[in-house]
Amino acid sequence: MMEIGLSHFLVVSTIVFLAGMFCVLTRRNAIGILMGVELILNSANLNYLAFARYSSVGYDGQMFAIFVIMLAAAEAAIGLAIVLGIYQTFHTIDVEATDTLRL
Amino acid sequence: MQDTAHAAHQAAIHTVSYLRWIPLLPLIGAAINGLGGAWIQKHLGKKVIGGIACAMPLLGFLLSLRAFFQLAGLDPAERTLLDTMFPWIHVGNLNVDVAFQVDPLTAVMILIITGVGGLIHIYSTGYMHDEPAYWRYFAYLNLFTFAMLTLVMGDNLLIMFVGWEGVGLCSYALIGFWYSEWANASAGSKAFIVNRVGDFGFMCATFLLFWSLADVGHPTLLFREIAEYGPLLEGHMFWGVSTVTLITMLMFVGATGKSAQIPLYVWLPDAMAGPTPVSALIHAATMVTAGVYMIARLNVLFGMAPATGAVIATVGAATAFFAATIGTTQFDIKKVLAYSTVSQLGFMFIAMGVGAYATGVFHLMTHAFFKACLFLGSGSVIHAMHHEQDMRKMGGLKKWMPYTYATYLISTLAIAGIPPFSGFFSKDEILWKAFSSGHQFVWFVAVCAAALTAFYMFRSVYMTFDGENRSDEHTREHLHESPFSMTVPLMVLASLAALAGFLNVPHALFGDARFDAWLAPVLEHGGGHAGGHGDAHGGGHHVEVIEYVLMVLSIAVAAAGIFVARAMYKTGSMSPDRLTGLAGGKPYRTVFNKYYVDEFYDATVIRGTLALTRVSAWFDTNIVDGIVNGAAWVVRMASAFNGLVDRYVVDGAVNGVATVTSLVGGRVRRLQTGNINAYLYVAVIAVVGMMVARMW
Repeated sequence: MMEIGLSHFLVVSTIVFLAGMFCVLTRRNAIGILMGVELILNSANLNYLAFARYSSVGYDGQMFAIFVIMLAAAEAAIGLAIVLGIYQTFHTIDVEATDTLRL
Repeated sequence: MQDTAHAAHQAAIHTVSYLRWIPLLPLIGAAINGLGGAWIQKHLGKKVIGGIACAMPLLGFLLSLRAFFQLAGLDPAERTLLDTMFPWIHVGNLNVDVAFQVDPLTAVMILIITGVGGLIHIYSTGYMHDEPAYWRYFAYLNLFTFAMLTLVMGDNLLIMFVGWEGVGLCSYALIGFWYSEWANASAGSKAFIVNRVGDFGFMCATFLLFWSLADVGHPTLLFREIAEYGPLLEGHMFWGVSTVTLITMLMFVGATGKSAQIPLYVWLPDAMAGPTPVSALIHAATMVTAGVYMIARLNVLFGMAPATGAVIATVGAATAFFAATIGTTQFDIKKVLAYSTVSQLGFMFIAMGVGAYATGVFHLMTHAFFKACLFLGSGSVIHAMHHEQDMRKMGGLKKWMPYTYATYLISTLAIAGIPPFSGFFSKDEILWKAFSSGHQFVWFVAVCAAALTAFYMFRSVYMTFDGENRSDEHTREHLHESPFSMTVPLMVLASLAALAGFLNVPHALFGDARFDAWLAPVLEHGGGHAGGHGDAHGGGHHVEVIEYVLMVLSIAVAAAGIFVARAMYKTGSMSPDRLTGLAGGKPYRTVFNKYYVDEFYDATVIRGTLALTRVSAWFDTNIVDGIVNGAAWVVRMASAFNGLVDRYVVDGAVNGVATVTSLVGGRVRRLQTGNINAYLYVAVIAVVGMMVARMW
């Protein structure tokens, strides 16, 4: 049985990151893009925590992870508000249809 | 020493406050009639207008009498009354007040002006009775009196200048009174413009006098101070000429304008265009005497300039003679009197030139009486003749107009110099002063002029009042003696003309020369007089035999003149044609046409001025306008070039930047698709690219 080490975490986080990236790049739905962004942020969190666990830098990684979570919450709130605004203006949240900052 | 002299000088002035009313009353009259005259005439009648106008100079005459008697009661050295109204100009070292003074000389002048002027006012109420613009006439007449009184009463040169210009203005208004006729209006303009030439000299003299007095430490324009400090100018030079000579010459230029001397006398004969009483006022009582008065007033300066005196005497003699010759040929009764005035003024200037100031002023006074009487008499004739002035159409008028004839004859005897009428004393005194001061040639010319005077004046008497009546039936039926308002002034003036001579009977005729003695405090300041003025007074009344000889001679030539006139125009024993036909009539025509002086002035001065204006106009249109237009063209070209620079360089740079920016923006804009996915692809590719580059 192979002991789970840093590499595993990094692999998982890479998979999650790529999934998030794929989601962001391919989705045309604005909410889908926001979800992809969440995945990317969480993959980063995984990296922070993994490096914090397997190195001797103390609790810096955990601290950053908490910040990122907080930031993700704020970003989700603002992002969703913007999406709502976009919907009200364009009656769609398809990002390819909303390529201008004006009407 | 000087302080005590100065204190004594100050003490000699008596301050009074009624003098101002002498000039102000006529001014008030002029204001009332000038501003409200039209209304008064319409609602209250012409009598009120005439009453106001006559009252003013007559009240002034009473005040003048009061001043005269107050002066007479004073010590001769203290005979100066002063009335300062208010400070006028106090700038730098120039201190001039509006102040009126009366000394013996001014007293004589104001008595003449208000007295003779008042009589002329009364006469005018009759003469101008049918005039629609009655009020305007009397407003001018009062204004004229005011201006003349200001001229003689001012205690400094500037007040005098105000009056000096005032009489010029009023003469313009009165000569051109019937302005609807072109000839009258242009005669008024001529008087005004010719006078301006003289005024220029007067002004220059005033400036030069003030400047030079400031140069010797006493800047002043007050007459009494000029009299005091004037002698300090002795030896003062200006541009290498004696300053006093220059000042007095310029003053004399002013006097030739006002007092109608050669070369500026031309306005006076034309001034006959005005109403006849105006001619009397201008030529007898007021305006023309201004130059004589001014010289008498500044006698201290003129006494210091013998060269000027010689010029004045010469010009006076020439004027007296030339005007007299012209007078012999005229047929217009007023023109005869006009040239007679010019001629008599010439006599006054002879007296002024030889330093006999008192004699000149004496002749001024007697002339005022007899010439006013003559003019008013001629006015009476013209009035009766329905404004006919040609003596060839008169004749025999003594039958219809006995009073006018008698007064005219008395005045004619006076001007001809027949004793005991006033003109004899004054004219003979001038002739004697000219002779005794060594101006024999001047004397000779003046005697000739006197003979001519007797001739042409009696010619006018015979042509007008004697012989057959030559007027047409209609005029003859209406011939009448003038009303009392006209004949009474004539009688007063005629008695004055007859008797005034006794005021100044010379020592040679066992008189006491009271008039000379009266004026002595003003006219004999220093004793630095030119000529032999001192002879009669200083030399213990020394009388020479030759004085009697000359006296008899001048009576003889006057009698001869009268005799010739009688022979030609009354008895007919001598035909005037024999004289007029001399040398083919050319000399006669020349004199008859007044020596073509007007034509000469027209050809030289007037045409010269007009040519100058044309040259100026050409210069203006071609050179000045050319310069202006050229400047405008240059500016236009410069601005056009500037515009090009602006359009192609400045705008080009600005537009170029804009174009480049726009081009770049157009390209760069493609990057900004607005498509989030595209951005993310770019970001990812960039990150990957950078990672690859890092790992390399």
